[in-house]
Formats: sequence, structure tokens, C-alpha cells
Amino acid sequence: MSQIAFLGAIEVGLLFALVALGVFLSFRVLQFPDLTVDGSFPLGAAVCASLIVVEVNPYLATFVAALAGACAGMVTAWLNVRLKILHLLASILTMIALYSVNLRIMGRPNIALLGENTVFSPLESWDTPSYIALPIMLTVLVVIVKLALDWFLNSEIGLAMRATGVNPRMARAQGIHTDRYILGGMALSNALVAVAGALFAQSQGAADVTLGVGVIVVGLAAVIGGEAVMNTRTVFRATLACIIGSILYRLAVAGALNADMLGLKAQDLNLITAVLVTLAMVLPGVRMPFRGRRGGQTP
Amino acid sequence: MIEARQLAVTFNPGTPMETPAMRGIDLTIPKGDFVTVIGSNGAGKSTFLNALAGELRPDSGHILIDDQDVTAWPTAKRAGLVARVFQDPLGGSCANLTIEENLALANARGKRRGFGASVGSGLREEFRSQISRLNLGLENRLGDRMELLSGGQRQAVSLLMAALQPMKILLLDEHTAALDPKTGAFVLDLTREIVSERNLTTLMVTHSMRQALEVGNRTVMLHEGRVVLDVRDKEREGLKIEDLLHMFEKVRGEEIDDDALLLS
Repeated sequence: MSQIAFLGAIEVGLLFALVALGVFLSFRVLQFPDLTVDGSFPLGAAVCASLIVVEVNPYLATFVAALAGACAGMVTAWLNVRLKILHLLASILTMIALYSVNLRIMGRPNIALLGENTVFSPLESWDTPSYIALPIMLTVLVVIVKLALDWFLNSEIGLAMRATGVNPRMARAQGIHTDRYILGGMALSNALVAVAGALFAQSQGAADVTLGVGVIVVGLAAVIGGEAVMNTRTVFRATLACIIGSILYRLAVAGALNADMLGLKAQDLNLITAVLVTLAMVLPGVRMPFRGRRGGQTP
Repeated sequence: MIEARQLAVTFNPGTPMETPAMRGIDLTIPKGDFVTVIGSNGAGKSTFLNALAGELRPDSGHILIDDQDVTAWPTAKRAGLVARVFQDPLGGSCANLTIEENLALANARGKRRGFGASVGSGLREEFRSQISRLNLGLENRLGDRMELLSGGQRQAVSLLMAALQPMKILLLDEHTAALDPKTGAFVLDLTREIVSERNLTTLMVTHSMRQALEVGNRTVMLHEGRVVLDVRDKEREGLKIEDLLHMFEKVRGEEIDDDALLLS
């Protein structure tokens, strides 16, 4: 693997670490299997790109993208807690709806951002080449987001959100309005994903309506992969595992595609992802969220 | 004071599964009463408890806490007035949160939650001293996950959690039923201790007639969704399990065939 391919994998891994943190919030903290992600990632890209091409400040555009993602998450949560639609189905409905919404926002299937002013534009004045500067900037950003999330999840409100996911009946008995926490948590989760989408569009130079395909699986691969390689007993470790999992996943994909003897091509990406996620889930000692109660002991 | 007025609820109305779980429960619990509730399976004990807690909205009737009608309040809104210990030791706490995090959750019951640290050092010291009274050696394990504790330890911690903040009524839902006899006795002693030292108004559902007569100062028997027996203090003293059975049969005019009720 060349240095550029390596750094490229790190860069995309860091961007998708934000997706992984969002997926961690929904799947792990709230225990809400949320596929909205496949729609909120391109939503973030679409909103941000549409604003940037009309000369809106790129930071503001990224912030608006986060708000849009938060709205998408709240729609899914609302379908679930108010209309009592099964969480998985609720998120699929939002995801499908967002495909149309994203096309409407952009007015066409894709928007090029080449030559536009983006949040990464200041890097061009650095002496270091962008393939090195970009991963550095993203590392700083991801670490800040991670620490902020750690602080949040250890606060009284964050603890209430974790209780909402683990034991909603007990949470209600402690005065926690679980519906509100699901709404808030889903908003936060999808806001993170939308920011990742917005940054992805800016770093790749284009927003495309098809950007979202499989984002949820990649996010999940990062979360599960992270849990497979380290213990996640504290919030600090759990969020760190998301970031490490995301980078490892990208390196594994890049490695697989670069290994000539395997004969894999870019179009095999989804297949590789599915195989990696399956491997991570059947590895011994991994918590298996879709295979019964965690912790192992049943009365 | 807690008042239940003509509480009624029917599960699956209009279907072949239709079950009237409560058919007009009337019960007034003055402050300081420790009521034990007994009844056979399907008598409406759990339904009544869930209605008081807010988990279940009755079809008709009212629940008043200190003259305030809380019938329409959801559980979370009622939590400042009602504390609860569940039957399932796994049910009353969050298994993959630490002991101190569980205590912090309960410590915020009925209060506004903010963005401050959930377990500060001051709070940790307070938890440590609170939990040391259990004599279970948990004061040095505050950072352990709840799932590492035994069922009895969890129920003891759940009781402690329930009593961290003031309440109008403490609901105990067969909280010793899932424990072995020795552990059950320990948790029951702890219950008596905490209830009497804080003079808590308590409602305890139990499956054991002996427990129903020995604990608290008042015993209520439910049958087919109604209160069929309500004895307290003097009247209850000297009452034996056989008497209770006899009274029950007289009131209902039928034989009791629930072995669990007789044997436990």
C-alpha cells in the first residue's frame, strides 16, 4: 500500500468515525437500530453543498447540515415513539423519504464543489500537502467530538439517555421521560452523521444523492470492529473503539483491495464489508447485539 | 395519602382474550401505612401496582396522591411521588451501568437533570456511606457494573436507590420472590428497617400469606380485581394464615386452589 493510499484510508476512516459515533449512539446507547443514517449522510452532503455553491460560509453550511440531520433523526424517533412504528421500519421510512428530499434540496443528482470555498480551503495555504494536512485536521476534529461526547454521556442527562437504552421501564420509574431522550439521542446521532456527510462532500469535492448507500453498514462495521479489538467497558473506551474501528475498517478494505493476489476490485467493497462485519460478529468474546441478551447470564 | 377510587381496567377489550384485571378497586392509604397486598394469580395485584406507578392507565377511576389527581400522569412525571422496587432483580437497575451510576440515576428521581457530571466526588462519598450500611462490602465496588452483583445484592441496592429521594409512596412488587429464602429474608429485613426509619408509606405485593401478615401494619386481599379483605393493626394481630384462608373463602364463597398461595 502506498503512503497516499494509506493516508487516504486514514482520512476516510476519520470521517466515518463520526458516522461510527452516531451509530454508536443509536445502536448501542439507545439500542435503537437506526437505518436513517443511509439518508442523513447524503442529506448532510446535499444541504452543505447546496449552501456552499450559493456562497454561504462553509462552517455555517456544515452547521446547517447538522441541524438537517438532527431533524431527520427526530422524524425517525417521532415515528417510533409517537406513532408506535417499529424502530427499524420507522428508520427505513425516513431513509427512503430522504432520497427524494435530497434530490429536491440539490435540484439535481449531484453538485460539484471543486474550486468552492470549503472548511478545508484554509489547508491549501499550509506548507504540508493536503493528503497529510487533511488527516491531521480531521484527527483534531474527531478527538474534540469524541471528548465532547464522553462528557455528555457522563453527565446527568447523558446517563439518563444511557438508562433509556438499557432499561426503559426502570428509567421511567426514575423520572426519565424516555420518549424525549430517544428524540434527543436520535437527533444527536443523525446530526453527527450529517456532519460526516457534509465533510465528506467537501473533502471529496462533490455531493451525490447516492453517497448514502451502505453507510449504515460501514458505521456498524466500525462499531462492531472496535468492540472486537478492545474492551469497551467505559464511555471513554467505547467511543475510542468507534474511532479505532472505523480506521481499522478502512485500512482492512484498502489492504484487501491492494492485495493483488486476492484479485479484489473496488466493486467488491460491499461484499468485503459484509464479510468483515460477519467475521467481527462471530469472533469469540464479542458482544453480539442481535443474538440474545448481553452479559450472558439469564435466570 | 394515596387514594384509589373505583379503578377498573380491561385488557384486550372486545376480543376473545378479554380480561377484566381490575373491576373497581377502592383503597385509601393514609400516610405512614405499610400495606401488604395478597391475592391469587390474576387477582389484579400487579395491575393495581402498575396503575399506581403510572405504567398503566386505568379505563376508569382515579388515583389521588395527597388530593392531587395523578391518573393521567405518565410514570416519569409521577416519579417524584412514587418510588418502586421491581420483582425481577434485573428490572430495577441498569445491568451494564456501574453501581454508582445506578445510584446517581435514582438520586436524580423527581429532580431536574442537567449537564453536570452525573457522579461527582461529593456524591460518590455519599453513596459510599449509604451503601456501607448494607454490609455487603459494596462500598469498595462502586465502579463495578451492576450485572456483577447477585440477585439479592441487586435488590438490596434497588431498595437503597428507591429511598435516596423523598416519596409519597414506596411500591414493592414481590421484590423478594425471585430470591432464595435466606437472601429474601435479608432483603425483607432491610425493607422493614428502611421503611420504619424514614416512616415511608408503603405498598408491598407479596405471594406469601405469612409475609403478608408478618410485615407491615395492614393487609389487603385482592380477588378478581376487587378488594375482598382489608384488615389492619389490632384486627390483624393474632390473625393466622388459616384464619386468612377462612375469611377469604367466606368472602368469596369458594375454595382456594392456588397452591402457591397456600404453601409459600
